[in-house]
Amino acid sequence: MTAITATLPGRVGPGATLRQTMTLAWRSLVQIKHNPWELLDLSIQPIMFLLLFTYVFGGAISGSTGDYLQFALPGLLVQNALFYTLSTAIGLNTDITKGVFDRLRSLPIARTAPLSGRIIADTFKQVWAFALLVGFGMVLGFRVTTSVAGLLGALALLVVVALAMSWMSVLIGLKASSPEKVQMISFSTMMPLTFTSSALVPADTFPGWLKAWSDVNPVTYLADAIRGLLIGGEIAWPTVVSLLWSAGFVVVFAPLAIRVFRSHV
Amino acid sequence: MQYAIQADGLVKHYGETKALDGVDLAVPTGRLLGVLGPNGAGKTTAVRILATLLTPDAGTATVLGFDVRRQAHQVRSLIGLTGQYAAVDEMLTGVENLMMIGRLLGLPRGEARERAKTLLGRFDLADAGGRATKTYSGGMRRRLDLAASLVGRPQVLFLDEPTTGLDPRSRTELWGVVRGLMADGVTVLLTTQYLEEADQLADDILVFDHGKVIASGTSDELKATTGAQVLEVRPLREDQLDLVAKVVTDVLDVAPDLSGAMVTAAVRDPAVVPAIVRRLDDLGIVASELALRKSSLDEVFLALTGHRAEDEQTEKALA
Repeated sequence: MTAITATLPGRVGPGATLRQTMTLAWRSLVQIKHNPWELLDLSIQPIMFLLLFTYVFGGAISGSTGDYLQFALPGLLVQNALFYTLSTAIGLNTDITKGVFDRLRSLPIARTAPLSGRIIADTFKQVWAFALLVGFGMVLGFRVTTSVAGLLGALALLVVVALAMSWMSVLIGLKASSPEKVQMISFSTMMPLTFTSSALVPADTFPGWLKAWSDVNPVTYLADAIRGLLIGGEIAWPTVVSLLWSAGFVVVFAPLAIRVFRSHV
Repeated sequence: MQYAIQADGLVKHYGETKALDGVDLAVPTGRLLGVLGPNGAGKTTAVRILATLLTPDAGTATVLGFDVRRQAHQVRSLIGLTGQYAAVDEMLTGVENLMMIGRLLGLPRGEARERAKTLLGRFDLADAGGRATKTYSGGMRRRLDLAASLVGRPQVLFLDEPTTGLDPRSRTELWGVVRGLMADGVTVLLTTQYLEEADQLADDILVFDHGKVIASGTSDELKATTGAQVLEVRPLREDQLDLVAKVVTDVLDVAPDLSGAMVTAAVRDPAVVPAIVRRLDDLGIVASELALRKSSLDEVFLALTGHRAEDEQTEKALA
């Protein structure tokens, strides 16, 4: 026995780490095959928002549903991307409460793989949701008036911001006592944050105090940047502010999340 | 003797609570150690430390010669762990769950699939392999969980209360599986709250209570340490119960237990039994049942700790 065990490697090499990460990413994505509801959550909810906002509020807000769709779709993309970052928290928390996380930790695999695998899978889902929402919007009459580069830029910016936010998501996922709690936290933070920004309505009609908040709300900058990239308008400044906010998120939440994660691993 | 699992002076505190308060244990290669104790005795904490999931506050532990703290990666490649909760991904099928583990352990896709199929067959899950595990029964999940811990062909297996919450039939099935593993030469550390389970499976037993080992030995040794054997007499005529009790009291000089129309008493010296039989005969009492047996682990546990092992389960459920 000693002969066999004496040659055991003491750590995981970079190639194996990558393979393990991809295996765990596959595991998160293949779930969709068995749980169409998750795919529906991912697809139906943004489409429902798109339809409701366009046809219920659109005329009242912008005078015509077509004008409103053009204005609101970039905002809906932002709202959806932000909501979806919390699915990382829900998935992580489910793994912890169900014991799957412990099983993974008891295996001779890279300590980072369970986390990075999940984040990669969630990034794929973000791209899917983006494509779906833009595609459906175009069916309804939305047009990207800038360029393909603008469209790809918008996707890239959303992915970067979502990745930065996923640090907060990881922290919530590690700390919350149940997946239901995670859902509650996500709903009660993301909802007010997106609704008090310029994502879904122009902020001009807000009362002064709300306008003041909306002007510093990071979601406003992100929505303006995405709008600029898709239908034209100012791009540079809102993009810079969005990236600064993202950097701030990473600076604050990454060390916290890593510390909690370490104590779990 | 070579020990597959060895721990010295393990201590783990959670604030004021001492989950482990200086635990030593050693499991010889190829044997099954049963760790017996009520909820909160520290069994799971000990397993989590040995399986590298938790760092002890003090003490050392090795698995097949590797330090669980400094050589955690090597330890992980030699062990299998089945926890209290069936840790399977509910969204994946049985095959996918096992394939995921195989792939993580570095098996090529085809081999991982083969290994998954073999294990599913062995655990009587071949037909359910293509279904999402959320449709599985509790017993099926536990079996899949156990199969998952065997994908890497571990030499040391930790089973943390593997049958808690299972119905008697699933429990017996799982015992059969564990015996099969023992036959393959796997070293097993099994925790349980069920005295019968330790009695059935374990070569050696440790009794935990409040984070300490309060007794150890084989099942027979433990039964012998607390005294003894147990005399049971059931009179044919129930109205003679008191008379039987009086005889037993006179001869043994201890007050017997009266329950279920049966007189039960601890016996230290088996030589007294003929005296009791003679006295009963003189009084014309016919016994429908008269037996001298070893005390059960249940009685041992009660004698050692002053409380029953399985009572605390309900306490915890209420808390």
